[in-house]
Amino acid sequence: MTTELAVSLWRGAEQGRYETYRVPQRSSQTVLDVVTFVQRHIDPTLSYRFACRVGVCGSCAMTVNGKPRWTCRTHVAKVAGNGKLEIGPLENLPVIKDLTTDMQPFFEKWQQAKGVFAPTQTRHDAIAQIKPDTPARKAADAAIECINCGVCYAACDTVRWNGDYLGPAALTRAWTLVNDERDGGNIARLQAIAGAGGCHACHSHQSCHELCPQALNPTAAIAGLKRRTAAAYLKGEIKI
Amino acid sequence: MNVRLYVWQRATAAVMAPLVMLHIAVIFYATRHDMSAADILGRTRGSIAWAAFYGLFVLAVSIHASIGVRNVLSEWTPLNERRVDACAVFFGLVLVVLGLRAVAAVVLP
Repeated sequence: MTTELAVSLWRGAEQGRYETYRVPQRSSQTVLDVVTFVQRHIDPTLSYRFACRVGVCGSCAMTVNGKPRWTCRTHVAKVAGNGKLEIGPLENLPVIKDLTTDMQPFFEKWQQAKGVFAPTQTRHDAIAQIKPDTPARKAADAAIECINCGVCYAACDTVRWNGDYLGPAALTRAWTLVNDERDGGNIARLQAIAGAGGCHACHSHQSCHELCPQALNPTAAIAGLKRRTAAAYLKGEIKI
Repeated sequence: MNVRLYVWQRATAAVMAPLVMLHIAVIFYATRHDMSAADILGRTRGSIAWAAFYGLFVLAVSIHASIGVRNVLSEWTPLNERRVDACAVFFGLVLVVLGLRAVAAVVLP
């Protein structure tokens, strides 16, 4: 086991370069630990984003040796077998500085996909009784653990090719709400995701499923949306 | 790709699936029975059934393939949406013309 890691970090914005730092290797060390070491001990001008450090907030996703990962829960031993790490900002998003990306396009697409709950009742109504074992509720529950980290968005080939594509996270959120029996916004939601950048742009490459840190399956959610939008289109509920 | 193109592509795929199977069966039948071109033309010429079978096949293929080509052009070329649509329609029409011409050659008496 090497005692020192060779860590290449992206420095700059859209235009920049990788710079290499020597970081002591430790047991149970995460990629976020490595980045933090560089910022605290070598170069305090390094910019990166994190918050909880325990895989809940979804802030610290970066490109690690070519793949998007949540850095706080990615052990160095898992991804740097040869003692080398190359860490860059997430793909498919504008780079602000160093390892920090602008997440605005990612969250704007959640809005475009109508990823907001549309209530059908008010606080004055009785609390809805939801059976947890119905197929619709199981489908809604499947994706509810999304932490909005952007790993799926960065991993998606279709996002890379088509800037209008809403992406796996926004569509998975839409699928959750489509299956939520308390929600009343489905026609508008299906209409929003049935156009050129919507669910039908997905090629089912499944990079989102492979790399999702929460082991969610956005590809399956998008396949469900394809079926649901097609049915709504054939019934005349949505128009193109 | 939007939901309308998606439905057309899936619907034409559903039409083509049994037609492809039957087409392959026809090929096997013709080769297994050592049928000559004259034998085959003797059965297809004047046949409304074969004209309908391969005519439907050509139309389904033309729609299906042109939607696929549209997707490729849309994702892999800098062409704008209007030009992509124009190219896809042109490609589809070429397939229709070539395909129906081939069908006519074997079914017209």
